[in-house]
This record gives sequence, C-alpha cells and structure tokens, in this order.
Amino acid sequence: MKKIYSVLVENHSGVLCKVAGLFSRRAFNIDSLVVGETDDPTVSCMTIVSSGDLHTLEQIEKQLNKKLDVIKVKTFEESDSISRELMLVKVRYNRGNRRDIMEICGILKAQIVDMSKTQMMIQLCDVPERIQLFLKMLQSISIVEVARTGTVALPKCHDQEG
Amino acid sequence: MNGAQAMVKCLEKEGVEMIFGYPGVAICPFYDSVLDSGIRPILIRTEQNAAHAASGMARVTKKVGVCAVTSGPGATNLITGIATAFADSIPLVCITGQVNSELIGSDVFQEADITGAAESFVKYSYLVKNADDIPRIFKEAFYIANTGRKGPVLIDVPVDVQNAELKKFEYPKTVSMRTYKPTVKGHAVQIKKVMAELEKAKRPVICAGGGVLLSDAQKMLRDFSHKYQVPVVTTMMGIGSMQTEDEMYFGMVGNNGAPCANRAMSEADMVIMIGARVADRAVNQPEIITKDKVLVHMDVDPAEIGKNAGPTIPLVGDARHIFEDMMKLEICCEHSLWVQTLYEYRQTMKEKRVPDPAFIDPVAFVHTLSDKMERNGIYVADVGQNQIWSCRNCLVRDGSFLTSGGMGTMGYSIPAAMGAKLGQPDRQVVAVCGDGSFQMSMMELATMRQHNVPVKIVVMANKYLGMVREFQQNTYHGRYCAVDLSGSPDLSKIAEAYKVRFLRLSDPDKMQETIDEFLRDDDSVLMECVINPMDTVK
Repeated sequence: MKKIYSVLVENHSGVLCKVAGLFSRRAFNIDSLVVGETDDPTVSCMTIVSSGDLHTLEQIEKQLNKKLDVIKVKTFEESDSISRELMLVKVRYNRGNRRDIMEICGILKAQIVDMSKTQMMIQLCDVPERIQLFLKMLQSISIVEVARTGTVALPKCHDQEG
Repeated sequence: MNGAQAMVKCLEKEGVEMIFGYPGVAICPFYDSVLDSGIRPILIRTEQNAAHAASGMARVTKKVGVCAVTSGPGATNLITGIATAFADSIPLVCITGQVNSELIGSDVFQEADITGAAESFVKYSYLVKNADDIPRIFKEAFYIANTGRKGPVLIDVPVDVQNAELKKFEYPKTVSMRTYKPTVKGHAVQIKKVMAELEKAKRPVICAGGGVLLSDAQKMLRDFSHKYQVPVVTTMMGIGSMQTEDEMYFGMVGNNGAPCANRAMSEADMVIMIGARVADRAVNQPEIITKDKVLVHMDVDPAEIGKNAGPTIPLVGDARHIFEDMMKLEICCEHSLWVQTLYEYRQTMKEKRVPDPAFIDPVAFVHTLSDKMERNGIYVADVGQNQIWSCRNCLVRDGSFLTSGGMGTMGYSIPAAMGAKLGQPDRQVVAVCGDGSFQMSMMELATMRQHNVPVKIVVMANKYLGMVREFQQNTYHGRYCAVDLSGSPDLSKIAEAYKVRFLRLSDPDKMQETIDEFLRDDDSVLMECVINPMDTVK
C-alpha cells in the first residue's frame, strides 16, 4: 500500500536529516522524498511517498508528528490528490528512430528541451504512472541518463464549508 | 554578559542547583561562569555517569537533571547515558561544548558531530549558533525535557558562542513553539468509554508503567484501584507506583515477572495499560493483551498507542490528568470474585526456589534488605541477575525503585544512586549491583568520597556476568564464553582505597545483623554479598 505524506517542517538546517533519519531508524520505506520551501520562507514542505502495511503507514504518521521540527503532517492516498513528477531523459537518437521518439513525445505530451546532433533531452511532467509508462516506451531507444524529481502532491481542491 | 554567563543564568532561572559533568577546553567558559553562581558542579569520573547521575536526581526530585561535558570524546561518552534516559523517558538537559563555530566540519581536535550522533536518542537537540539565542533555547530545552513524554534534550554550544557577548539577556517567561503542544488531558469521550467498559468488565486489570511515576500519579492509581476494585500489575519501570504490600498489587509482568501478574494479564477481560509502551520485556506477545479482551491504552505519547498492540480504546494523555478525570465519573463496579481468584494465584503461584545454604540467597537478601530500609528509601537496581532479583523481591513502601529498564545499561546504579542522594539527601539510598556492573562504575566511589555523597552499595558477587552466563547455560548448553570475571579486584581493598567502610556478607546466618550494620548511620558502605556463582533467576 502506498501513502503520500505532505509534511510541513521548520525550514532549519538539519531537519531533512532528522526526518530521513527517522525513516531509516525505524526501517520505514521511502519511495520518494521531495523538499522545497513554501510560500512562508520559515516553512518547508516535504512530500514523502512511502509504502508498507496499514500499521506501518499509521506509525509513520505518528512518528513524524512526534518530531519537534514537524509543524503539520497531512496524509492522503494517491486517488485523493493531485500528484506530479518531473523527469528529464537524455536519449541517443538517429535518423531511424527520431520520428518514433517524437511520436511517443507527442502522445504522452513530453517536450524536447535540448538537442545535439546525436542526443536529445526530453522533459515530462505528469503523474508518476505516466512517467513510468514514458520510460517504458523509451526503453527500446538508447537512454543516456535520467533525472527524476520524485512525487510532489497536494490534496484535491475542496470548497471550504461555512 | 557573554554566552557562558547567559547559560549559567538560564540554569539559575530554571532552579538548577547542581550539574554533573566533566570539563574540557570547549566547555571551560561555561565552567568558569559556574564558579560565579550558586550552582554546585559535581565532577564525575566518566561522562556516561554524568547523565546517569542527572537521571537519578531527576527521577526523585521530578526536576530536570542537568549535565555538562566537553566536546568530542566528552560528548560521545555521554551518549549511552542519554540513550538510557531516552529509553526510560527521563527529563535531562545535556550541555556539550563544541569547537569554534568556524571550525565545525573541519575535523579539528576534539570535534564530534554530537547533535548528529545523538539524534535518535534525544527528544530534541540544538546546536547554538548565536549567543542571543541562548535564553530562548534553554527555556525551550527545559520545557521540552519535562513536558509531554519526558526525555533528554541536548544543547551543543560552540566555544566562541560561549565567549560571545549577548546584546541583552532576557529569560522568556513562556515557550511558544508551533511544533510542540503535548496533549496531557485525556479526551472526555474516550474517558467515558473507558469507564463504561470498566463497569461491564468482570476481570479488569491495570498495568502501570513508568509514566505513572513520571506524572506523579501513584496516589491516584492506588486510590483508583481501591475505589473500583481493579487489581494492578506493573512493568519494570512502573515498580513503586503501587506499594508492594498493597493487597491490590500483584507484581511485575513480563518474561522476568511474577507468575501471578502474568496470569492476571492473560485471564483478564479488560487490560488498562497506563504510561506503559507494551515493550517486549513486559508483554512479549501483544496478542495476550488484545485477544478476547478490551485493551485500553493510555499514554502521553500518541505514537506509543497502537505501536505494538492495537487497543480497543486509545487515550492520549498524562496519567495524572486521566486518573483525575476518571475518578470524577461514578460507576458501579463489582470485581470481588476476580480479586479473590488473584489472591489465590498469589498464594499458590509462589516461586519455588531451593536456596543453597552455603551462600547468600539473593531472593531472601533483597527481601530482607528492602524490608529493613527506611520506608521512603530509594533502591537503585543495576542490570543483570541482580536487577531481576531486585525487581521481583524488593519491597517498596513510600520509597522509590530506580533502574535502567528500557536500555538495560550496566553500571547505572551507582551514579544514579549518587544523583538521587544529592537530590534528596534526607532519604536513604542503596545501590544494588553485580560484580560486572560494579566494575563499570566503581570509579564513582571517588566522586562519592570527594563530594561526600553517602550512598550504600551492595555488590552481589558471583564472579560471573551472571545474566549472560545463565543465558549461555540455557541456550548454548553451558558453553561459556567471555562471562568469567576472574581478575576482579578484592572489594575490601577497593573500599579501603576509596576510604569507604566495607562489609562482607557470606554467612546466611549473619544476614540480619550484617544488613542492620550496613544500613546503620548515614554513611557510605560497600557490602559484598557472596552468592552462588551458578545461581539463576529462573
């Protein structure tokens, strides 16, 4: 089972280490972890995707809440949230496969952001599954290197009542 | 005012009377300022024991224990002490000196990343970067250490920050941290549910842990147990929350616990865990307390609830507040049949031991010693067979029973006893250790002598690391490896060297008079109690 934790933390040095340390110390999985400043410069937001059984996922939330640098923990399933990941892929191309690559990019709405005579760099920002799908489609083509941001996510918009 | 003076001022504002520690260059500005204050520095003989001594003091005074050591090895030596306090939720503020801020990260002499190294053993830690932050950080540290689930807080102060001038010293009156607001008051709806279940229950039992003592809820626990006729068992850390001779008390649970206490837990239809974390030594199979029964788990730390056993009713709060609120609800309880059954178990499920008449029987010894101690005496047990014999047989009346329960740190008893005695000089303090644990802390006899701390020490001598020897006997069929303590010193000579009175108890017929002699006068005594090397706890 997967769960997404959106964790607001104090924007101090060492906080990332404390949170990451908690995961290793208690043998919790980290599928991905993304950190960035929020609109308030004293607060950072960590988006952590973790997997495990229900008990573990509940413990993760409790242990995160226990950390004194953690301001707030929000958890949500992938289905309740909008999640995105950004990937940059560098591929080697030739006359024979160039069209195929562009076609795949067209279908999955990826952009070519840089190019040389033999290589091109493609950018895709999408939900994690489609990023995975895109990578799979490119597998027959020679991939030079890949960089992925990991998932960022926020719960879906709701009109606040009252 | 410089940083070091501000640190001392903060300690004074917190009412700290004593600090345990070991100076070095990186903490010298602080120690220099201590000289100009009313705070008494106690020089211990190795840093780990500074944390243990502060822990002993904190546990009996209910105030935060403070220790201060230097950077590098001073700080790393402290870690086991910090971890010990963390495992038992003991409030400490541990101050470490650090190398000059500008040199941090360059691996200079006596530099260690102590906030990094101690991260998983502290409730919180600070690396002070600016002297002006000192008042706020100290205020927060004391607050964090002694509220919610208590625990050690580390403050690492670079030497240049200690020497830097503050713009202005102003000690904050209150703490405002957006990330830390512990829940101490239990949820009213949950409390009602608990009482409703208790009314229905036929065989309820309370399992009290260290949290009851930490929140000073002993009296309420006792009143509650009697008012609603609910039998009580305790974890190792909960010993002393009930008087041992209280008819509603059925002993310690767990692998090493009393058979009738374990039977009470397994036959109960409702278990109320309070201030206990369902640790493996107390409850090695969580199903025992969840299957076919109502489990209520009350703890001030929400993360403990459901960690090892899923409760029927979770209740976050401090033991004292919860008892207060529960006592306000009037319910009708009738559990006399159940209590009667447990009385029978207590009578019939006695341990059957055949003591060797050639040696002192540790069981009889602990019983007699604790019986003869002053009513409010403090019994500090170390770790090993001595701990198990102590836990099972020590009589606690209005006194305290201290031991390292969570971490099981050998060598805890002597420094902790010293801290307890310094914290409450009017109470009688006895440390009981084995010959292994004694040798881990015997250097503190010098501290006791130097600072005149009249602690009484018992060494249960069997010339073995008895607990491990027993384990190797049972699990490795008597293949003993590295458990033989030959080479141990003549304890009478050790006592003489430190100018401490010495007694040897080897004749069972002389047990009464020797213990009387041991407890007479408020003076340090080292007593060697000779037990059978092959004696076992099981």
